[in-house]
Amino acid sequence: MNTMTPLTLKTEGDTHIVVTRHFAASPEAVYRAHTDPKLLQKWLLGPEGWTMPVCINDARPGGKFRYEWAHPKKPGFYIAGEFLEVVPYSKIVHVERMYLPDPTPENHVETRFEADGDGTLMTIRMTLPDSKTRAMMLSSGMDKGMEASYARLETML
Amino acid sequence: MEHGFDLDSAFAALADPTRRGILARLALGEATVNELAEPFDMTQPAISQHLKVLEKAGLVVQRIDGTKRPRRLSKTGIDAMDQWLAMLRKALEKNYERLDQVLAAMDSNSKGEKR
Repeated sequence: MNTMTPLTLKTEGDTHIVVTRHFAASPEAVYRAHTDPKLLQKWLLGPEGWTMPVCINDARPGGKFRYEWAHPKKPGFYIAGEFLEVVPYSKIVHVERMYLPDPTPENHVETRFEADGDGTLMTIRMTLPDSKTRAMMLSSGMDKGMEASYARLETML
Repeated sequence: MEHGFDLDSAFAALADPTRRGILARLALGEATVNELAEPFDMTQPAISQHLKVLEKAGLVVQRIDGTKRPRRLSKTGIDAMDQWLAMLRKALEKNYERLDQVLAAMDSNSKGEKR
């Protein structure tokens, strides 16, 4: 386990969020793990206790996707969207909304996979409709992170 | 440490999603109560109540500008936002640590064994 997190997350301008992460695997493998439902269901789960019983991913321009999450004690939710641009192993552009069940504003997401040493650098660039939506999104993401990380925050402060 | 800050009231202030939303909005810059109330489907008095809690906790400060009282993040508030971003990173990192394992398994699968 790393002591330093290799992930970066920052805001850019008024409406962007940019996330980067390095993986010790080829761009082909990282791309597959982002598009193959069987692989997505193993890792795209958030905090402990959540599963993804429904994972539909039709990764081609105009194709749709839908990810549904479930928890034994909490209400489920899903994310659905459409692919705008798909360049196998290097780039995915899609739009998505989260349904809680009311849909959130549309999030435009560009994901790039680039060879980086003997691994892959992934860069996710999200574009929200406006700064308020981005603020709400960051704060709701924080809610989810909070469950798992509250204790850790206390030790950090 | 900034005057007026105490850990307990800061944590109590952070324990509410609306207040976290207000801080996230103020991270973008100064805002009036009206502007803060807008995205939250809440009345102005309700938002003012939340602001009072945030101010008591030392996370938010107000400025007097004629009849307006725009709020902004205090140094403590900015630090709290940074901590949040750190938590969001941690939450994402959990996914990607799982993905690391999935990728390692894919690699060994392609070599023919293990799961």
